[in-house]
Amino acid sequence: MIGAGWQLQALFVALAIYAGAALAAVFLPRRRLGLVYAASAAAASLAVVAEISAFFGEVVLKEHLPVGLPGVGLHIRLDGLSAFFGFIVNVGVLMTSIYGAGIKRDDLSKRIEPLYPAFCGAMNAVLLADDAYGFLFFWELMSLSSWALVVSRHDDPESRKAGYVYLVMAAGGTMALLFAFGGLAGASGGYAFDTMRASHLTPLVSALVLGAALIGAGSKAGIMPLHAWLPLAHPAAPSHVSALMSGVMTKVAIYALIRVVFDLLGDPQWWWSLPFILLGATSAVGALLYAVQDQDLKRLLAYSTIENVGIIFAGLGLAIAFKSSNIPPAAGIALAAALIHALNHSWFKSLLFLGAGAVLHATGTKQLDRLGGLIHRMPKTSAFWLIGALAISALPPLNGFVSEWLLFQAVLTGPVFPEPILQFLSPVLGAMLALAAGLAAACFVRAFGTVFLGRPRSPEAATAHEAPFAQTLAIGLLALLCILGGLLGGLTAFALNPLLVEYAGAAAAINTQTGPTPFSLIAFDQGRAIYDAPTIAFFVAVSSFTTMAAIHLFATKKTRRSPAWDCGFPDPSPATQYTASSYSQPLRRVYGGVVYSATETVDMPPPGSLREGHFRIRFSDYLWRFLYVMPANALWAISERFDLIHYLTIRRYLVLMFSTLIVLLVITATFM
Amino acid sequence: MTNAYDVAHFLAGMMLVCSFTLLYQDRILAVLNTFAVQAIMLSLAVAWQGYVRNAPDLFITAAMAFGLKGIIIPVALNRMVEKLGIKRGVDQVVNVGVAMFLGLGLTSLALLLVLKVTPGAASFTREGLALALAIILLGLLQMILRRNAVTQIVGFMSIENGLILAATGARGMPLVVEVSVAFSVLIALFVFAVFLFRIRERFDSVDVESLDKVRAARAHR
Repeated sequence: MIGAGWQLQALFVALAIYAGAALAAVFLPRRRLGLVYAASAAAASLAVVAEISAFFGEVVLKEHLPVGLPGVGLHIRLDGLSAFFGFIVNVGVLMTSIYGAGIKRDDLSKRIEPLYPAFCGAMNAVLLADDAYGFLFFWELMSLSSWALVVSRHDDPESRKAGYVYLVMAAGGTMALLFAFGGLAGASGGYAFDTMRASHLTPLVSALVLGAALIGAGSKAGIMPLHAWLPLAHPAAPSHVSALMSGVMTKVAIYALIRVVFDLLGDPQWWWSLPFILLGATSAVGALLYAVQDQDLKRLLAYSTIENVGIIFAGLGLAIAFKSSNIPPAAGIALAAALIHALNHSWFKSLLFLGAGAVLHATGTKQLDRLGGLIHRMPKTSAFWLIGALAISALPPLNGFVSEWLLFQAVLTGPVFPEPILQFLSPVLGAMLALAAGLAAACFVRAFGTVFLGRPRSPEAATAHEAPFAQTLAIGLLALLCILGGLLGGLTAFALNPLLVEYAGAAAAINTQTGPTPFSLIAFDQGRAIYDAPTIAFFVAVSSFTTMAAIHLFATKKTRRSPAWDCGFPDPSPATQYTASSYSQPLRRVYGGVVYSATETVDMPPPGSLREGHFRIRFSDYLWRFLYVMPANALWAISERFDLIHYLTIRRYLVLMFSTLIVLLVITATFM
Repeated sequence: MTNAYDVAHFLAGMMLVCSFTLLYQDRILAVLNTFAVQAIMLSLAVAWQGYVRNAPDLFITAAMAFGLKGIIIPVALNRMVEKLGIKRGVDQVVNVGVAMFLGLGLTSLALLLVLKVTPGAASFTREGLALALAIILLGLLQMILRRNAVTQIVGFMSIENGLILAATGARGMPLVVEVSVAFSVLIALFVFAVFLFRIRERFDSVDVESLDKVRAARAHR
């Protein structure tokens, strides 16, 4: 007999399974560790069912557990927003668990398997927490367990550096969130979210809370310029964990931001949207300029995550701007764009990372210029990866297009803003997003082309093998989700309406009922914008097949294989192919000097000499140098100056304290 | 009621005078005696409060102040000084004139501050608080301006006197807190005593400068 509110109990059971799996993994022998993934998949499936039911039932379930801080306990709440993000988390966990079951157990297993379910459970628990203490506790648990997974290969110095940077950023981020919740709780210290919702903050405190939340959640989501840890840490983790960190954990950070800004902080001011829009646009374009140059397949994907987080930020910013300008339908569209993009990105980014993991496993390398030609040896992985690459480049009829289409609908509503700054910014944002879309396509053409097409560039790539069944199954399921998410995008958007009403104040912003087909997605009204994915898919399919048929009809029916035109010299070396760096050279020439001060040096041998020529590119990461290295050095220098204080006499210490006290008293006496 | 004010202010003022005496007095036995006088003044002030406000628990506080700080601690310190054989005068870091000026400055700061910050409170509380704050600041100053460990301890104890005065002047601490503070001061005395004998064993002196030399040697090692 299932009573009301069973969803929350089901989630508790799922959390218990995660915790049990984490504990059991410590004691299980290595060959039994696959059970951890079975348990995680079971927990994730249960949670997905519960969250779907809670989301469509529009239930709000609350619980108060007597654990945690004495006298405060732990508040738990399951509402539409946490159910939606819980769905994202648990679908991701389900897929990576299926993939994980196909991983061969090796020496690393003992370091990965106990932490994997702990990480999954912590992400789930963050979404359920309904007070600041519980939220921060599980947030920190999430950070620490993922950190431990990042440093699982700690004998590698790169991995250690990634772990160090991640730890510093995560600690700073949690600190910022602590301040944000402190500001929300106010002097009376009501740390339950219900109390925060009811309280009214002064504009200054609201602004400070907003800034702290942006730093705290933004650093976890990887928004520029707080992204430095992400391209280091995400690739360093085992691939299925990379998929979780990039695809899912960044969404938990987005959830935190939505929870604080749209829910707890009360009515927005129009200028709150500015940091979101500016950071979002910068991240979208900036991160792709790095991604399009990068030689490491997994790091490239991590940069692309920053880009997508930027797009989500832009959507959130527009939603805030429209909501504060009292244009609810547009706010609903923008928020829907952000939410659907979060969902979509969790799917295609998990797909791409898992695919990269399969490639890494098959070839032992993730350097683009050592891969190539894998489409012949890993046909399934290649096909699924291509779908993911198309989806992330926002091509219709796949899922990435749905969210970007909605976002552009919101951008195009920009001229109705009352504030001139926003009127000015919205076309700029549109241009930046369009540039980002183009760069993303370039980036993934380059990645797919170098990894899967052409001839193998190394013996490892030439002898690669297809991934195990469980891994291709997980990647294939994600590809299926990307296709379905695209075709049924209208329905997804329609299902979000309750959330849009609650957080953007938009009643029925998304309407699918009045369209020409049941799947059409209508922004605002039918006369303005309709996107009908199945129709477009049908059109694309029909026109492609007609073209193909026509070519085969009028040309030849046979598939011919022949050597490529090589100026008459059939060249056996694969180094003469187009490479990843040659593909990105035009973009490097255009943006390189400004964005990463790329300098190219060509060293040609003089005529007649037989020595090799050399071509070198040097990069310098401005952001890393000015925002991370220089402040860190300054901090060291200051600390060394203050080191003198270590060696004062007792009386001088007393004088120090005494004079501080006197100064404070004098200030009080003067200004009170 | 004006009588109640006058007596309370007289007693608190006497404590302040004792603080000034502690600041310039450079013979160690005299310092200990002055401290005893200050503690007795404190116990009288607390008892007067208990009588005026009809609060019997304040008499317990007064009795403790008298017993512990008026008798036991000065006697213990006296015996310590004898055992340690400290006969010479106490050396100050700055000369008496400067010390007095600093003391005056701190007292006026305390008065200014309290009178300005607490305009709403009853006038008795305000002035009592101001005097108590002055005593606390003077105690701190004494700890800084002295080189001898024993007089630094006396400075610490006189800070505690100021705190008790402030507490009784406002509303009075709960008795439990009062008792525990009193005992912690007693325990602090034991710690100080052990510490003193150890320093003395090591360096043949209780001048804290000799400690500093050790630290400095370590710092530059």
